[in-house]
Amino acid sequence: MTRSPWSGEVAVAGVCESARRKAPGVHPYAIHAEVIRGALEDAGLEIGDVDGFCSVASMPTEGGRDMDLGELAEYVGIHPRWFDSTDIGGAAFISHAGHAALAIASGLCEVVVVSYAAAGRSWPLPFDDIPSSPYGPGQWEVPYGPSTVAYYAMAARRHIDLYGTTAEQLAQIAVQCRANAAPNENAIYRDPITVEDVLDSGFIADPLHKLDCCVVTDSGGAFVLTSRKRAERLTRKPVYVLGAGEALGQVHISQMEDPTRTVAASSGADALERAGLSHAEIDCAQIYDSFTYTVLVTLESLGFCGPGEGGPFVASGAIAPEGSLPINTDGGGLSSNHPGRRGALALIEGVRQLRGESPGVQLAQPRTCLVHGTGGFLSATATVVLGV
Amino acid sequence: MTVDLRVPWPDDFAKRYWSAAADGVLLIQRCARCGLHQFYPRAHCVHCLAADPEWIEARGRGTLFAFTVVHRVPNPDAAPETPYVFAVVELEEGVRMTCNLLGAEDRELRCGEPVRLSMRRQGDWALPCFELESSSQGGSR
Repeated sequence: MTRSPWSGEVAVAGVCESARRKAPGVHPYAIHAEVIRGALEDAGLEIGDVDGFCSVASMPTEGGRDMDLGELAEYVGIHPRWFDSTDIGGAAFISHAGHAALAIASGLCEVVVVSYAAAGRSWPLPFDDIPSSPYGPGQWEVPYGPSTVAYYAMAARRHIDLYGTTAEQLAQIAVQCRANAAPNENAIYRDPITVEDVLDSGFIADPLHKLDCCVVTDSGGAFVLTSRKRAERLTRKPVYVLGAGEALGQVHISQMEDPTRTVAASSGADALERAGLSHAEIDCAQIYDSFTYTVLVTLESLGFCGPGEGGPFVASGAIAPEGSLPINTDGGGLSSNHPGRRGALALIEGVRQLRGESPGVQLAQPRTCLVHGTGGFLSATATVVLGV
Repeated sequence: MTVDLRVPWPDDFAKRYWSAAADGVLLIQRCARCGLHQFYPRAHCVHCLAADPEWIEARGRGTLFAFTVVHRVPNPDAAPETPYVFAVVELEEGVRMTCNLLGAEDRELRCGEPVRLSMRRQGDWALPCFELESSSQGGSR
């Protein structure tokens, strides 16, 4: 393996996840300002130090429209000379982290804030959960009644029919995330659940039950990246960006070669190679969990188990804190926090875990954490490998 | 403007597809240059980017590639009445298309089951949908 020259040259110096879970009447931009202040205070930096900015606020519940990045920078009061607003669904902010690492390593900027917020739960204006515009490619999708859950459910059903994956195995993922959320005082749901609870929670779109789906919150989070040298002069323990990768697949399930595999196969392999690490050297992972199936198909596509082996893998306890690959140690999107695009929050938990500060289940001195985002409808992925 | 999301909003290029559907015909495309089929329709070939792939009539038979029985929707005004089957069908010609599987919401379904074309009327429109080959009557409903 050839480790990239920039591997480890950039670090996450500060993080902040909003404690909010329900914020009716609060515009998401106000949450951005809160978490950016929190992340900069954590890093020991000032807003005047920031010369790079990444975000996206294009979804209705994020408060922005066209020129969302500009409006958000104006609102918060950031004046970046480098910026990125790559918009690939929930994976966006993990993609931003990779781009920011390269920008800092190549000297385009020195301190980058990546920020996310949404009022997924309490957004007051009407909007449709339609996966594409009804004009254009969506005219062959929208009249048939698609929804985000329905797309993931179709893929999950094919996995079940192809590989014999069971609803119980999928439910195990929700049960583990809930157990991890128990110590997390900010998690929206902390009471333990069982496989039976998941199976009895009612179908949203068969085979996905209500408890196979992520929670819906109003919240946000931000993190600050800077050069290794600068991070090592700051107060907090730096968490280094060892590798990053991203990949763009198809938006519509009908156009995918195989919806039982995602482009995580590409972004994950790139991130690991650039970090110079093997699967066995990854101590834990934060895996985007919009739905239980998202986790299952991602574990397979990343190569932590073979195609079709995700069900037995999660049922074996491998993803538990004492397993070979503990995941979503703060409760994840399934139990702690998911305002709509969770990627930034997964990365924040990766950093907290490597600092020894997880609000959920803290593992015994992990050295590496793989953070993975899945955007759209199993459509786009971004992977970052963090290390200390 | 209120947009009815249960019917298509065709651009000029797509009008031919929807007018054929109104006549009970499912059109797909084949590239004269590379010979490959494609769906959804485009004014170019998605395999080789050649312009103007030709329209051909699909035989209207295929298999269930993926499906879900939808029980709850975020916006009932933008979806069929629940429960409904939202599905992707693989046509004999090799292309896949999103559709509803009609009259199958209470059936025990598996990927791979044979299906046939069945048009669903929605307002002034005909939406190409499918039904199980094993269902009793053919034709549109």
